[in-house]
Parts: sequence; C-alpha cells; structure tokens
Amino acid sequence: MKHESVEINAGLLIVLTLAVISIGGLVEIVPLFHIKDTVEEVKGVRPYTPLELRGRDLYVSEGCYACHSQMVRPFRDENLRYGHYSLAAESKYDHPFQWGSKRTGPDIARLGEKYSDQWHTQHLVKPQALVPESIMPPYPWLLKNELMYSDIENRMKALKMTGVPYSLTAEEYQANVTNFGQPMADKLHIPNAKATLEAEAKGRNWDGDKERITQMDAMVAYLQMLGTLVDFKKYEQGYFASFR
Amino acid sequence: MTMSTTVGTLAGTQAKPLAGKAAAVDQYNYDIVKKFAIMSLVWGVVGMFAGVWIASELAWPFLNFDVAEITFGRLRPVHTTLVIFGFGGSALFATSYYIVQRTCQARLWGGRWLPEFTFWGWQIGVAAGVILYMNGFTQGREYAEFVWPLDLAIAVVWVAYFLVFTMTLVKRSQPHIYVANWFFMAFILATALLHIFNNLAVPVSLTSLESYSLFSGVQDAMTQWWYGHNAVGFFLTAAFLGMMYYFVPKQAGRPIYSYRLSIVHFWALSFLYMWVGTHHLHWTAIPDWTSTLAATFSILLLLPSWGGMINGVMTLSGAWDKLRTDPIILFMITSLSFYGMSTFEGPLMSLKSVNALSHYTDWTVGHVHSGALGWVAMITFGSFYHLIPRLWGVAKGMHSTKLIYVHFWLATIGIVLYISSLWVAGIGQGLMLRAFDEYGNLGYTFIETVTFMHLPYVVRAIGGMFFLSGIIIMVYNVYMTISGAKRSVEVDVTAGSAAVAR
Repeated sequence: MKHESVEINAGLLIVLTLAVISIGGLVEIVPLFHIKDTVEEVKGVRPYTPLELRGRDLYVSEGCYACHSQMVRPFRDENLRYGHYSLAAESKYDHPFQWGSKRTGPDIARLGEKYSDQWHTQHLVKPQALVPESIMPPYPWLLKNELMYSDIENRMKALKMTGVPYSLTAEEYQANVTNFGQPMADKLHIPNAKATLEAEAKGRNWDGDKERITQMDAMVAYLQMLGTLVDFKKYEQGYFASFR
Repeated sequence: MTMSTTVGTLAGTQAKPLAGKAAAVDQYNYDIVKKFAIMSLVWGVVGMFAGVWIASELAWPFLNFDVAEITFGRLRPVHTTLVIFGFGGSALFATSYYIVQRTCQARLWGGRWLPEFTFWGWQIGVAAGVILYMNGFTQGREYAEFVWPLDLAIAVVWVAYFLVFTMTLVKRSQPHIYVANWFFMAFILATALLHIFNNLAVPVSLTSLESYSLFSGVQDAMTQWWYGHNAVGFFLTAAFLGMMYYFVPKQAGRPIYSYRLSIVHFWALSFLYMWVGTHHLHWTAIPDWTSTLAATFSILLLLPSWGGMINGVMTLSGAWDKLRTDPIILFMITSLSFYGMSTFEGPLMSLKSVNALSHYTDWTVGHVHSGALGWVAMITFGSFYHLIPRLWGVAKGMHSTKLIYVHFWLATIGIVLYISSLWVAGIGQGLMLRAFDEYGNLGYTFIETVTFMHLPYVVRAIGGMFFLSGIIIMVYNVYMTISGAKRSVEVDVTAGSAAVAR
C-alpha cells in the first residue's frame, strides 16, 4: 500500500491512527488486571474507616499530592528516612492512588504514628511553629471547619461499586469479620457509618477537642494510619521482592 | 508522491497579493479562529500569572496568606489547567481550525453554531474547572483534575471538535490531506481515548461533584500516567507539531525539508508515545516489566522526536539569513531547539538509574518547563505573530517588530533562568537526599534540602516573571495590531473603499 492512500482518505487515516495509538496502552495496562503477582499477598491491608476516608477526601481536595508522595522506593536512603518500601497492596483500596510525583515535602507513605496527634494538629495549623524552615502552607481552617459527613454512606457505596469491600448485607459483613476481625468489620459496615464516624472522632483526642467533629479530626486520623497496616516483621526478607 | 504539490499550494497562497484577502474572509470561517486566539492569550496571561504566584509561594511561603483558595495545593492545578488547556488548548483550536481550512481550501464544517459550541464549551469548561479547584473540588489526578460532570461535558465538546475537524477534511477541495492535519487528527483521537479511560469514576451521588476513580493503586497509577504522559505526547507535542508543520514553512517561505521524514516520524511518534507513561513510575510498586518497557520505548522515542525537530529546522536551509531579520523565525527555530533539547533530556531521565535521582525532584519540573515554555509556548507565539495580522487583514504585519524582539529575549532569558535554577534545585536535592556520613547515617535531613532550595526557587520565580512579562508585551502588541486594523477599516469606509481594505 502506498502512503498516498492514507493521505487522500480521511477514514483510513483515522482507522490506522487509532490502531497505532491503541497498542502501547493495551499491552501495558490490561495485563495489570490479570497477572496475579501485580499486587502482593499480605495481611493487614484493609479499607479506610469512615473517619479516615473523610480525611483522605480532604487530603485529595487540598491537593496535598502536589508536594507529598506516598511511595517509598527500595533505596537505602529512603529505607533509613521513611521505612520499608511501599507495597502495591498498600494502595489497593486507594481510589484514586496518591503516590504523587514530587517531593517538595517529604514522603508520607509511612507517616502514621511517628508523631503525636497534637503535633499533627499544631503542624497543620502552622507548620513553621514546629519546623521554622518549612515552606508548607498553613491549614488553620481544618481546625475551624466542622466535618461534613452527611453523605458518608453514599461515599462508601460508591467505593463499594469500585470493588472496596465495605459491607451492606449480613453476608458481606461476615466476610469482613473473617478477613479483618469483628471490630474492624463493624467500622466497615455501611449502615453503621455515621455512628462509627462519630464514635471514631470522639473516641480519640485527635484535634484536642473531643466534642466538635472537625476536618482536623478526619485529617489527623488519616495521617496517623498511613503505612501502619502491614507488620513487616512477620515477613521474611526477600518475600516481597519475589513479586517485583 | 506529491508533497511538493501540497507545499507548492501553501507557498502559492502566501504569495497571493492582498486582493485575495477579501475572498479569504468569506471563504473561510476566521471568526472562530480569532475568538480562540484571543482566549488563548487571555488564559496564557492568567495561567502564567498563577504559575509565577505558586513559584513565589515556594520561595516566600507567606504568600499563601492562610487563604484556602490560594494555597499551593489548590492553585497548582489552576496553573497547569489554565496553561495546558486554556492557553495551549485554545491555541490548538485556533490554529487547527485555521490550518484545516487553509490546507483543505474548504470552509469549516458545522455551519456557524457547531464551531461556536466548541468555543463556548471549552472556555466555560476551563473556567468552571479552575474555580472548582480553588474551592476544593478535584479528582486528585494530575492534569485530569476536572470533576466528573465537567469531564462529561468536555467529552461532548471534544466529539463536536472531532466532527468539525473531520468533516472539514472530508469536504476538502485539495486531493491530499496536508501533514499538519495528520498530527491534529492523532491529537484529537488520542486525547479522546485518554480522557475517557483515565476519568472512569463512580460519583458519590448524582448531585455531588465528587467521585472515586474506578481503578485503584497500581492499575490507577498506570492509567493515570498513561494519560499523563500522553497528554504531553499528543496534546503538547503532536498537536503543536501540526502547528509547526504549517507555520514554519509559511513563515520561512520554503517547503518542508523532507516528506519521507514527516511520514516516518508521524507514525513512529504516534506508536511509541503510548508506551512510555510508566517512566513516571520507576521504582514504585508498579511491576518492573512495565517500567522496563517504558524506559526502552522512551529511548526509542528520541528518534521520531528528533525527526520532527530536524524536519522543522532544516526547512530553513537556504534561508538561514532570515534569523537575522525576522523575529518570528527566531521564535520558531528557538522553539524547535528547545523541543530537541527536552526530547533528549526526557529519554535520559527515563533511564532507571537517572530517574532514581531525578524523580520527585525539581529536575522533573524544570524538564517539563523546558518543553512547555521552550517548545509549546514559543511555537505558539511564533505562529500567532504570523497568524494574527492575517486574521485581521493587516498587510504590514504586527504593530511593532521591535516588541516581538523584546518578547523573544524576555521569554528566552526567562526559560534559561527557570530550567537552570531547577537543575540546581533538583540535582542538588537528589544528591543531598542520598548522601551518607562516614558512619553510614543519612547526611542531611529533609528540611536541610528545603533550605538549600530557597535560592534556586527565587531564581525560578524571577525566570517565570520574565516569561510572564514577555506574553504581556505580546498582548499589548496584538491589541495594537487589531485596533490598528479596525481603525484602517473605518477610514476606508469613509473613503468608500472598505471592500478593498478587507
């Protein structure tokens, strides 16, 4: 076929171009849904509780990913600075993923429980109060704004549609009891969501005020669980490398 | 084959005396091209101002002012959306609508209202999108932050654009589809494909602006960067090559250097780009095989990228003297040089060993801007300086040639300051973060690298200010050109010779 036939036929140009641009994506994306080793088998990874989920929503909405990655790479310096490298399994309930592309601030994939709740609250209100050289913007409104959670059930239902195992039926609830234990299964049960969120917010002194449910409660709850789900001591060295 | 015929026609239309202009105005829909060109400049100024602002926030953090709407995290997508989709997108609509009409010698399909719909749909989409980001509504996907209802609306606008463009091709009165239009076609098709698959999401409810992406973790990352890099590949490269393939030969008054090269590099570029997105995910939890494939294809991509650059630059062979006298050619050749440079730097950074240092640092940001400012913006400026006087029928060209030179130097100095300061910031931070002391402990804390980056951040912000002042001067020059054109029409009307003037 002479190339001229493409140049005089718009339909042919469209068909051939579509064919050429489809191949790369098909080869690289489709297998990721089918190759079993893509996501490691590991214990401990679970969906976000209602309060953590709202915190994550705020994290996305503030654009935190523009400066913070959540992806520790398998290098010696990152291991010393942040901890064990991130597993694919650790973000398997992340819709959308928040691995980030730029570290204007440090990686926070393993931030959870490294600092106190009080530290986080003060740091978010005014980062420079704790780290004078910091160039992070202050987020005082997180402490002022009440947390909106009237649509928490809809949020969990939407995530359930994408495949996150929140439960609606007794059967799904039982499956969660088996997989995550009963206390966690209770928190992942959609009909309980509002009560669960309120109990979570008031059950720990996230932002220093147990009565009001603020955006800060949710944000700190989210930051404090980051990277804490997998107990790496339980796995032999090299186990995770076999998935790479 | 008959490239020479097509190019011959191109040169022919340029050589036509101004008397042909009267016919051109009726023959072609210039109104829609004018609208998009003006909005491109408007978004360019606003978007680059937002860029200078957030760059300054990094250098002087008090500029966040504790105001939620203007914090770095919320303004950053405002900047990227306004410059990519507002400035770049509108420039592509303008030039593709102009080029497809001129090279097909056919009026834009869709009557008055369909092109008009693409204009208003695009502008309202961009404006609504950035207002929503400032109020905290985003999908949290880089360069695809639009909330789901806007994604749907944009998809509809894009289908209309596809129809207008394709149907104009179909009803062309030239036998051949000119090479610029191949690139625009690839851009339109690829953008549709990427936009639809990357934005698959489940809304919280039908009345909520928020949604959760359909995919998670690894698969989501892969889809997002397949989108993200091809937004660069097709939106910011293929389409602007389309612009280059028309305006460089026109301004140089010479045919494209090699017809064969344009065929080879078009198909190679379209094929290879779609493989390389995973180089944004080296060393992450993505499987190694995707990473390796992406790196391999990124290296291969150097060839078609440079094929395009060489084809553009060599078009000037035999007319190099024009660099001394024509600032528009200066813009075009400089843009092609930056294209060559950043498409060399890209494959370099896609090597896993280099990426281990460069990823997550400002080197990436600098690299993007050598492409975005150096290539995308410079080729747009050059093309607009050629296009604007022709759209408004000003025979003597732009209002001031001197100001084009001023713009050129402001832009070039701005880019050099920008990318060299971020090489320092990025490579410096990368080296500091992996430094160890004699006992094997980390050499620096993270915050020490932040302190180190202050000076490069100041220089980068200043570079941005240079670039911004350049486009502001361009806006003034364009305004004077257009208002001059209107004045001369009014004079001619009173003299009773309006028809001749237009």
